[in-house]
Amino acid sequence: MKPAPFIRHVPSTIAEAVAMLAEVAPQDGRILAGGQSLVPIMAFRLAKPAHLVDINEIAGLEKVTCDGRTLFIRACARHAAFHRPVVDNPLGALLATVAKHIAHYPIRLRGTFCGSLAHADPASEWCLVAATLDATIMAKSIRGERLIAANEFFAGIMSTALREDELLVETRLPLLARDARFGFNEFSRRAGDFAMSAALVVYRLHDGKITEARVGVGGAEANPRRLAEAEAVLEGQTPAAPLFRAAAEAAAAAIDPLEDHQIDAEYRRDLVRAVVRRALESSVRVTHPC
Amino acid sequence: MKPSQRVNITLTINGRDYAIAVEPRRTLADAIREDCGQTGTHIGCEHGVCGACTVIVEGEPIRSCLMFAVQADGKKIRTVEGLADGETLHPMQQAFMDHHGLQCGFCTPGFLMLAVGVLEREPDISDEELLDVLSSNLCRCTGYQNIIKAVRAGAKEMRHR
Repeated sequence: MKPAPFIRHVPSTIAEAVAMLAEVAPQDGRILAGGQSLVPIMAFRLAKPAHLVDINEIAGLEKVTCDGRTLFIRACARHAAFHRPVVDNPLGALLATVAKHIAHYPIRLRGTFCGSLAHADPASEWCLVAATLDATIMAKSIRGERLIAANEFFAGIMSTALREDELLVETRLPLLARDARFGFNEFSRRAGDFAMSAALVVYRLHDGKITEARVGVGGAEANPRRLAEAEAVLEGQTPAAPLFRAAAEAAAAAIDPLEDHQIDAEYRRDLVRAVVRRALESSVRVTHPC
Repeated sequence: MKPSQRVNITLTINGRDYAIAVEPRRTLADAIREDCGQTGTHIGCEHGVCGACTVIVEGEPIRSCLMFAVQADGKKIRTVEGLADGETLHPMQQAFMDHHGLQCGFCTPGFLMLAVGVLEREPDISDEELLDVLSSNLCRCTGYQNIIKAVRAGAKEMRHR
């Protein structure tokens, strides 16, 4: 189908964008970034925004920068920007690994990291990354700007803490320790399809023992989140297959799985068990270049 | 301004300018076909799943059903009509012929623009990565094996040029 009519606004600065958004938000005005989720929804007429504020023409908004401690991902940085490591840190390799699981190549050239967060699909890989690594999200409006912690940002299926007049201008990710290890795994029925469950794990080894363990699960609940129960199983232990199985078991027990017409709760719980175990296994197999 | 009010834009398709007036909601795919008459670009699903409408915008293979025509104003667009050089097929087109990379041909323009677009950006992409790239488009004749063969052969030819 064809999208319903709308008026397009094309700001050339962030200040202009938030001013336009403030004006049109009460009349179902929205931000258009990569459009790779919004436009299909409009084609289905599930969304019929009367106004779109197209932020693609704002100079510098595609940038990804680093100050040595934090990675700053601006609103229009595309998924494909992460195909190759963006920073000489395990975080660069982590993002490159995850990026290749997002939809397909042409979609990755248009879709944006920050747009994925604002869209907040439960199966989104970037939302999982944001939750697992405790990202900070910067929202801007004519009223000012504020920083939102990832664990307070996601507010249910396709729902966030963003107010209708706020633009997600930047996501900040902390760099990882130089010796950080990570593993990622997701399950979907077809290449590039939505994840039915996905897991991201990050940890360090101190004298052969796991420290600072992070276990994030996405696609299983309304929002991705860290699972303290699984992290506690790993903390202070030596990486080994039985330990990974125990952590996966703890993750599966900790979640309250979404159900839909294809996947019932028990199947999804089983998928969580599998993706957490596989993510942990891949964390010891792969040696990352950075 | 009304939502249905047309906007004057210029699409540059295969080096030729088309001055057209479109509603903001007009997808690039529809504008290329309906307003510019370049019907080599096909439309399948209209929601970014099938890849039939893939074209190259400013060097990037993208889905033209997920971009509005107004967003492509002034940008360089390449479609399947621009691949051949007169009577001489582009190496990727020739490879599709040589390896029977098409049956009904509906998905072919999308596959060609995807393959050419990716290989121009990443000439040294591995065969394994190419397989992942090709997973993005659908062929309902399910002729995938020959499409993969054709693209790998076309890739080799493009690298030699």
